[in-house]
Amino acid sequence: MVSNQHTGRPDMAAPDAAKAPAIELRGISKSFGPVQANKDISIRVMPGTIHGIIGENGAGKSTLMSILYGFYKADAGEIFINGTKTNITDSQTAIAAGIGMVFQHFKLVPNFTVLENVILGAEDGALLRPSLAKARKELTALAKEYELNVNPDSVVEDLSVGHQQRVEILKALYRRAEILILDEPTGVLTPAEADHLFRILENLRREGKTIILITHKLREIMETTDTVSVMRRGQMTATVKTAETSPEELAELMVGRKVLLRVDKTAATPGAKVLEIENLKVVDSAGVMRLKGINLDIRAGEILGIAGVAGNGQSELLEVLGGMHSATGTVRLNGKPLPLTGPGSDASARRDLGIAHVPEDRHREGLILDFHAWENVAFGYHRDAKYQRGMFMDNAALRADTEAKMAKFDVRPPDPWLAAKSFSGGNQQKIVVAREIERNPDLLLIGQPTRGVDIGAIEFIHEQIIALRDQGKAILLVSVELDEIFALSDRIAVMFDGQIMGVRNPATTNEKELGLMMAGITDTSALATQEASQNG
Amino acid sequence: MDKMPRWAEVFLVPLISLLLAAVLSALVILAIGENPWAAVKMMVSGALGSTYGWGYTLYYTTNFIFTGLAVAVAYHARLFNIGGEGQAMLGGLGVALACLYLPLPHWLIALPVAAIGAALFGAAWALIPAYLQAKRGSHIVITTIMFNFIAAGLLNYLLVNLMRPVGSMDPATDKFPEGTHLPTLHDLLAPIGIEFSKAAPANVTFIVGLLACLVVWLLLWRTRLGYEIRAFGHSEPAAVYAGINPVKITMIAMLISGGLAGMMAVNNVMGEAERLVMNAVEGAGFIGIAVALMGRNHPFGVLIAALLFGFLYQGGAELALWTSIPRELIVVIQALVILFTGALDHMVRMPLERLFLAFRKGA
Repeated sequence: MVSNQHTGRPDMAAPDAAKAPAIELRGISKSFGPVQANKDISIRVMPGTIHGIIGENGAGKSTLMSILYGFYKADAGEIFINGTKTNITDSQTAIAAGIGMVFQHFKLVPNFTVLENVILGAEDGALLRPSLAKARKELTALAKEYELNVNPDSVVEDLSVGHQQRVEILKALYRRAEILILDEPTGVLTPAEADHLFRILENLRREGKTIILITHKLREIMETTDTVSVMRRGQMTATVKTAETSPEELAELMVGRKVLLRVDKTAATPGAKVLEIENLKVVDSAGVMRLKGINLDIRAGEILGIAGVAGNGQSELLEVLGGMHSATGTVRLNGKPLPLTGPGSDASARRDLGIAHVPEDRHREGLILDFHAWENVAFGYHRDAKYQRGMFMDNAALRADTEAKMAKFDVRPPDPWLAAKSFSGGNQQKIVVAREIERNPDLLLIGQPTRGVDIGAIEFIHEQIIALRDQGKAILLVSVELDEIFALSDRIAVMFDGQIMGVRNPATTNEKELGLMMAGITDTSALATQEASQNG
Repeated sequence: MDKMPRWAEVFLVPLISLLLAAVLSALVILAIGENPWAAVKMMVSGALGSTYGWGYTLYYTTNFIFTGLAVAVAYHARLFNIGGEGQAMLGGLGVALACLYLPLPHWLIALPVAAIGAALFGAAWALIPAYLQAKRGSHIVITTIMFNFIAAGLLNYLLVNLMRPVGSMDPATDKFPEGTHLPTLHDLLAPIGIEFSKAAPANVTFIVGLLACLVVWLLLWRTRLGYEIRAFGHSEPAAVYAGINPVKITMIAMLISGGLAGMMAVNNVMGEAERLVMNAVEGAGFIGIAVALMGRNHPFGVLIAALLFGFLYQGGAELALWTSIPRELIVVIQALVILFTGALDHMVRMPLERLFLAFRKGA
């Protein structure tokens, strides 16, 4: 029934029926137990437009798209595709209705070729050969039409992340998707790759496809979309023409109050070298060299930001310095060499020396999600004498400590007995940041400080990091958000393929230069700026 | 935010699982032409109707407490120790060596010495699988189950060739000397004027088992080691981040687990048989898995689950003795309880969660 309506027009063709929205949601509600993820959401996405959906983590964007793609069933509400009421019960019906989805975490079989991945689930028969031949032809056509070039015979795991994403888009187009939903598509891309993606999206739009772009990055919304809808706490708070709005207004709509998008900070007053890294090398368990001779130093009272696309060795750098991974080379803390292997190189030894570590992934490393907040508040410092009472742990002291930190860092709800998993991302991160900053470390390692954190908490965490710097502490910041690197860093080092491509002064560099360096390109003019920044 | 209240999680889920198992068991008994209600009455009166019945029930309970705690401790470090059977066998060897070859004049001395022997031998039997898991990544489930067979073979060899008294045709050690005999509940309760069956095997080890529950609880939730074990069990990367050594924690958790399983031997070898016989463990090591599952790996949950399984064992034995329900069917009933409370936990949990959610939304 859907396919009939697909090309033809509904019978009751009113004058504006030609402009029936590609997707219309009316009164969609969905709750998970006591949590209402979507509250009476109505939205119209016009065909041939790029429609942005923006909102903080947990605002309900992903739930809404999962309903549209048939992963969840809405408790109430109706879905209209091209003006026709459609009951989407599973992803098969969604695909049949012309909806394609590109997930944040790709759903590709890593050891299959591009071609095999594209036809997976859309084979024409029991024998693969005809399907593969057909797909190869179509892929060539699509590549020409939309700048979607990928070698059909490449094995997916050998492709860059940007290319893998193209495979996901090709998969959707191969299934005749007219409406393409992209969930946080630029999270893992270099700026150049992101630009390419947006060119692809622009081409698709020109061909009449409809695109829904889900993101939390205001800049992407402003640059690429025609219309933008803002979600907050499960509700659609506004839908506006992108041309008629500003980032400030969108941020306010997302958070519900005025937000400072820029971080206020004074110029750094760097002191003595706190951390010196020389020729640091790391080989992972698979025998691959992840750090290929890093040289860096960080002074007291400065923030060194490490920019780079995820997976270029930043995580390993943090892990080595935090004592989670052994390495070779020389690392000196306050002039004294740190053991990099064997006894005395583990994370608790690092903490004893005054290195605090906010890990990149708070769910995997920074917190034990099933533990109460008070059990997490000293995680890593649980051997401290103040938390011991005879042969037992002093749980009362831990809980008192938790209450104090929760008050100081405005953790909500301030309940020490709540499990860590029950806090929002921002409040979880506040617990971790409070734990590490309150130790008053000489060196703070901080990875992705605001990943999955709401705007309000981002502001707060940024202020805390800068306050620590102003106390004369050294800070190593790793983030894949270039905006964050620019906002916080006093110097920026760019990492690519386990190497430092150069160090730049944020005042004299720009996103384009960093983007090139993040892709492994350095040229002579870049070297000149590096010297300038080191002198300055 | 929890899907259902804690009381429902802790009591309602196991209770409904048990009822389902009971209903299915009743149908099976009906199918072979017996009266299920009479069978239930027989089980209850046989296991709980007299101090003699209680004496057996508590004896089995004690076995299951130790093997259940063993599984629970390892589980908190996300290690699935299914080698309780073998570790308890070796614990028996430790008890036998202590009782036969050390001068132990009184049970008050014999009990701690034998308990230490049992724990040491049980822990030693867990040592190799623990090392292989910690250092080489050999899966603990595979290695511990293999070690059950090796333990059986080893004990067989020792009893037949080395420890069997000259002239005996029984693959068992000599009787332990008088000084090592543990007081039964009859001996313990008589001075305070409580009449308890003389013939039942429940003995002072039951009290040791209760203490063990308390100690394990303190260990897991009040000490730094327990904190580190639980943190490691929840997330290994997080443990590494916090400076907890995974190798060390894996080894320690498995040694404690093996030690607890080994200590079961104080009950069955020292307290009941008073000599080491072949196959003394009688599957209690495996029942421990079900006990820990049903007890949600909490020491007090383990205690309650161990009581239930003690009741099932004793009640089942009575049923086999006094009715024409065949012995095999009693095994089926016990298996149904294990199946429903252990393996099919989610079958009950999921609809119940939905029910609670629906109820809350309505409220």
